[in-house]
Amino acid sequence: MKVLKFLLVGIFFGIVLVKSEAISWYRIYEMFRFQSFHMYGIIGTAIVSGIIFLQISKSRHLKSIKGSDIFVPKKEDGLIRYIVGGIIFGLGWALIGACPGPMYILLGTGVWSMLIVIAAAIVGTFIYGLLKNRLPH
Amino acid sequence: MESILNPWPWYVSGPLITLVMALLLYFGKTFGMSSNLRTMCSIAGAGKFADFFNYKWKDQLWNLTVVIGAIIGGFIAVQFLSNNSGTDLNPTTVVELQNMGFKNPGATLVPNEMFSLEVLASPKALILLVVGGLLVGFGTRYAAGCTSGHAIAGLSSLQKPSLIAVIGFFIGGLIMANLILPLIF
Repeated sequence: MKVLKFLLVGIFFGIVLVKSEAISWYRIYEMFRFQSFHMYGIIGTAIVSGIIFLQISKSRHLKSIKGSDIFVPKKEDGLIRYIVGGIIFGLGWALIGACPGPMYILLGTGVWSMLIVIAAAIVGTFIYGLLKNRLPH
Repeated sequence: MESILNPWPWYVSGPLITLVMALLLYFGKTFGMSSNLRTMCSIAGAGKFADFFNYKWKDQLWNLTVVIGAIIGGFIAVQFLSNNSGTDLNPTTVVELQNMGFKNPGATLVPNEMFSLEVLASPKALILLVVGGLLVGFGTRYAAGCTSGHAIAGLSSLQKPSLIAVIGFFIGGLIMANLILPLIF
């Protein structure tokens, strides 16, 4: 059961992202060319409903199944890592049209060449780990 | 049934993505897909080369389970919940992409010109996929998150670092789609 619930959430996530077309390379291109509202609508409504959910869980003191408060962990302060890292990720996102969730989902839809992208992404993370201490954060 | 088989509108999809985040928070976890790349590095033994990968990755196995589920979900969605209607793109986008050499924009989820197994024989397609993957893997870890962790979870919890990261995502994406892709195709 412990594992099953995460598997089910993942399955649901995969279905939603396919049906929303958020895993379409073309939708990402369209978004960055400002030629469609679709992706802005998805991200916008996700954030607004997320804000509402988190505010309600805060004011009603909703608990997780572990009994702790529901909250998103605080991100470390910083500027360079977020802007530079963000730009590097954005370049890749618009090139392959997939971020780290859709990469796997697209593999499930039968886009086998995503295996190359995923392998390269793992190597990219490894390179970051090697250079971490020398990079400004 | 028809409304399930057709693509879902953005105002349905957005809140359903938030439901994924809410469920993970309810289970005592967080929403962040790029963390899995670090976990996979650690499992493969990257800790021998950099301390960044020496951590209790076994605590992250739940997230890899989400990944396996997402792959299965992708399979289910295209096999059983789709009618192959294609993506209804802006006609301007379609013409623009056709002029760049993409044959049937929107007919498939990803362009065959980049992802079909036939074009992978050409160095160009292979290089694009590898470079794209490297940028995503390096950038997400440098920025400590991706679309799920920063754009959805981070902005929902009104965090400034996430806002900076998302601005970065868009700067990078705009540069790629508007300046670099036209040079490549």
